[in-house]
Amino acid sequence: MADVKLTDVGKTYGGTVEVLKGINLDIGKGELVVFVGPSGCGKSTLLRMIAGLEKITAGTLEIDGQVVNDVPPSERGIAMVFQSYALYPHMTVFDNMAFALRLAKKSEDEVKEAVHAAAEKLQLTNFLDRLPKALSGGQRQRVAIGRSIVRDPKVYLFDEPLSNLDAALRVATRLQIAQLKEQMPESTMVYVTHDQVEAMTLATRIVVLAGGGVAQVGPPLDLYERPENEFVAQFIGSPKMNILPGKIVGTGEHTTIEMDGGGRAVSSVPSTDALMGASVNVGVRPEDFVAAGEGDYIYEGKVGITEALGEVTLLYFDAPAGEDPTIGKLAGIHQGLRGQVTRLTADPAKVHVFKDGVSLLYPDGKNVMVEPH
Amino acid sequence: MHPAIQGLITIVIGVGGCIGYFYFSNQFLDKVLFPARGPNAGRNINRANMIRPWLFLFPAIVALGLYLAYPVVETLRLSVTERIPGGGSEFVGFANYAQMFSEPKFWEAMRNNMLWLIIVPAFSTAFGLLAAQLTDRISWGNVAKSIIFMPMAISFVGAAVIWKLVYDTRPEGQDQIGILNAFWVAMGGDPQTWLTIPYLNSILLMIVLIWIQTGFAMVILSAALRGIPEETIEAAIVDGANPFQIFFKIKVPQIMGTIVVVWTTITLVVLKVFDIVFAMTNGQWQTQVLANYMYDKLFRANDWGVGSASAIVIMLLVTPILVWNVHNARKEMR
Repeated sequence: MADVKLTDVGKTYGGTVEVLKGINLDIGKGELVVFVGPSGCGKSTLLRMIAGLEKITAGTLEIDGQVVNDVPPSERGIAMVFQSYALYPHMTVFDNMAFALRLAKKSEDEVKEAVHAAAEKLQLTNFLDRLPKALSGGQRQRVAIGRSIVRDPKVYLFDEPLSNLDAALRVATRLQIAQLKEQMPESTMVYVTHDQVEAMTLATRIVVLAGGGVAQVGPPLDLYERPENEFVAQFIGSPKMNILPGKIVGTGEHTTIEMDGGGRAVSSVPSTDALMGASVNVGVRPEDFVAAGEGDYIYEGKVGITEALGEVTLLYFDAPAGEDPTIGKLAGIHQGLRGQVTRLTADPAKVHVFKDGVSLLYPDGKNVMVEPH
Repeated sequence: MHPAIQGLITIVIGVGGCIGYFYFSNQFLDKVLFPARGPNAGRNINRANMIRPWLFLFPAIVALGLYLAYPVVETLRLSVTERIPGGGSEFVGFANYAQMFSEPKFWEAMRNNMLWLIIVPAFSTAFGLLAAQLTDRISWGNVAKSIIFMPMAISFVGAAVIWKLVYDTRPEGQDQIGILNAFWVAMGGDPQTWLTIPYLNSILLMIVLIWIQTGFAMVILSAALRGIPEETIEAAIVDGANPFQIFFKIKVPQIMGTIVVVWTTITLVVLKVFDIVFAMTNGQWQTQVLANYMYDKLFRANDWGVGSASAIVIMLLVTPILVWNVHNARKEMR
């Protein structure tokens, strides 16, 4: 098993269109790293570059300490699971899984042993002599995973493996992948998805890609609790974090912000005196909002729509046309708030402060701009 | 009258006649036969709509019946009759077939046809597949494809004339205008009359048809190759397949259905091959094929019995392949 190291990796199409630049990543042995990002951010391209299906136009890629930029895919010690499963339609499940081993001139006994072991692991033993077209979507995906397992690769690459499955099957297969990872703690996995839940539940670390670069790398809860910039803050979590403008009026261990919409926010993020009077954005996750009593409030607005889900109620505040509404997610049932002017506040520990798109916690962080599609 | 004007008038009458037929027959159906008014308006509309499809099919059914179904039955009848000197004919059972089977020329045609049957579809499909694969990813692939496809636009007789020039022979001492002889002489050989050398001449005739049919095979197979999911090929690359293994183990099996359809379609053309042989050797020097044999018997020897019998033999050979071909083509469409 191996680690994967990307140094200043970039991808340019036709010498002019730059889709990825300056990617630095160190994926440790036994990690399950998930690439997420908005569509078109290049996450699949990056995975395909690791696989060797796309040429790396800048930087170096090392697998197991060896530069593999010009090594063909089959010799990189990787296996890939494709979004569309990519099973060979004319081969039985057994032959699909055996294909790579037979190409590698393994003896038929070895092939049989490896395929049966993988089939056992994935509950495919009863389907070995079926053709892919006689399988359900979930079974096909398991065959695709089995096909990579038999090769015993150093690195597993998953390209949105669950996006062709229906919701229930997706949850089941997600659990299966998690179990698989448990069984093979030594194997390194790189997983691309646009589904946040997959990323949060499977990853040891998440890589958020945006604007052709890495926006932030870290364990899932780090990204949730301490986003380095507004982009990551809004990308991780659903509904997305509210961003409200204001001005710093108090600095020190705590930062106090006077909100442009009236109200006052206190954040446990420290600030220097130099920031006094600076225009900033306050970020509060909908689930961190609580109803404000008579005291201070961060946001005041008229509730336009309520969505009562039982355990929580979502409040959508009226917003000027074209702007995202501020959203609150309060525990319990609060349908009565519809049409009411309501004040919300939050625990200072849950209040994020961003200056020029970058969190005050990470003043050296970079502001990621994502062009709207 | 100028022939061009005659042609123009024919077109106007033909097309006008078709339009007129559909228009007036429908008018007659709706206005006179089952008018959509009066006490039985609803019933009349239903009846008119039941008849309408047949109105549209009628010309096609008549034409097919007259030019396809009737000739089959008539050929079958002729193949078991014999002309009586002085007029009329008599039933002779399988005498025509027996006579035909005893002729060495028939067996020569039969043998040649089988050779055509094996060689032409195999090479056309193979070259077509090769051309489709090789032109798939290159920038000038479409130009190459157009050139390879072009022979399809030439009639068999036209192609025969072109290739007769390629195989042309001039007496020794004169410049050879046939490319094949030009090469041959340049390589140090003596000029050959290629089309008179048995077996080789049959192959030379087959090359003409391969030249024509490769374009057809290429176009169909090229479309099929494009339909292969890209990810299965990428998966094969990751699995460690080299380009040949990808082609033979991943691509070809996935388009096998289309290959079979192309193969059988060309087989049907081959079984009926006539023009090329007729125009180039007319079956001499052991190049006879069934269709030309039939033509010889029917129109040169005026022996309608044996001629019809050979026509029936061709039909019997074609039918199972045709059925299989249609079956496969429908399977592909699903």
